[in-house]
Amino acid sequence: MEFQTPLAKVKGLGTAKAGTGHFWMQRITAIALIPLSFWMVLFTKQFLNSTHTEIILWLASPLNISIAIAWIIAAFYHAALGLQVVVEDYVHTEWRKITLIWLIKLSFFFIALLAIVAIFQIAGME
Amino acid sequence: MVEFSLPKNSVLQKGKEFPAPENAVNTRRVEVYRWNPDSGENPRIDIFYIDMDDCGPMVLDAILKIKNEIDTTLTFRRSCREGVCGSCAMNVNGKNTLVCTKAIEDYKGTIKIFPLPHLDVIKDLVADMTNFYAQYASIKPWIETQTPAPADRERLQSKEERAKLDGLYECVLCACCSTSCPSYWWNSDKYLGPAVLLQASRWLEDSRDESTGERLDELEDPYKLYRCHTIMSCTDTCPKGLNPAKAIADIKKMMVIRQQG
Repeated sequence: MEFQTPLAKVKGLGTAKAGTGHFWMQRITAIALIPLSFWMVLFTKQFLNSTHTEIILWLASPLNISIAIAWIIAAFYHAALGLQVVVEDYVHTEWRKITLIWLIKLSFFFIALLAIVAIFQIAGME
Repeated sequence: MVEFSLPKNSVLQKGKEFPAPENAVNTRRVEVYRWNPDSGENPRIDIFYIDMDDCGPMVLDAILKIKNEIDTTLTFRRSCREGVCGSCAMNVNGKNTLVCTKAIEDYKGTIKIFPLPHLDVIKDLVADMTNFYAQYASIKPWIETQTPAPADRERLQSKEERAKLDGLYECVLCACCSTSCPSYWWNSDKYLGPAVLLQASRWLEDSRDESTGERLDELEDPYKLYRCHTIMSCTDTCPKGLNPAKAIADIKKMMVIRQQG
């Protein structure tokens, strides 16, 4: 038996005072990924048509390595934000939701970190 | 998790069939969702063949004809029969609409009438609007001011200021939009839904209101506002031709401007 009013249920714990940052960053990273992904296409083309040494030289230039890292940050950040939305939409058990969201955030952070370290290693080969 | 299949006690069964009068020439098959909470039975689909030469032009006319002449136990809400009260919102052939302003002619073949989707059913075509109305109350749909009203007149608005409410004030709170929104289906306990957010926008846009910041504070939430993913089912279904998706986008814009601007 519960006598809580419908209004009390709707108001719940109040607002989280968050959401706009997530919404905004999802759009910012999406827009950033447009030019960055054009560069990725160039990189893939280079990757398919060059020798190992040529690729390392190309990637070791300050501009190329910066763009590669920017792409990694934007892409994985965007992916984590997007997957968070999917979990928030469809997973309704609180502990499952919180665990999944943090699992996603930490996994993508780690993968991005791994990719950046790998790129520095490649650049260091030059 | 989200449930994609109906619980056992909600699975539809075949109902009764009511043939058209023998002398009827122009008939239309109408299928209606029926559920009686007192019977203990599953919901069923009753089939009525209506004599269209002896029936008004709107879907509501067909429903009234069934109620008056064929099966008086049919339960539904209706009041104004001209799209102003918002009572007769139902799902007709897969799309939410006000049946009083929807012509039978607009449909070909069988007309399938269901209650609004994803709300608890009270009986037949009557859906439980308790949560929806509580959500409406939660956004404080009234003017909030600190400045006292002028002693000798109403609070004035310019024509331009008044024009900002066009497309917002016409909403009749029928809930067609909210119950067409998948995000609202999955999270209606937390997400306010398009109808209530359109109303929130109506008060955010009102030049006489002095609580814009507080109103935005109350919406700054991943669920209350940001469950909207702009799929625009709300705008597609609105029987009044309004655009709740744009109203929600305008609220998001205000949120971004007050943080980034």
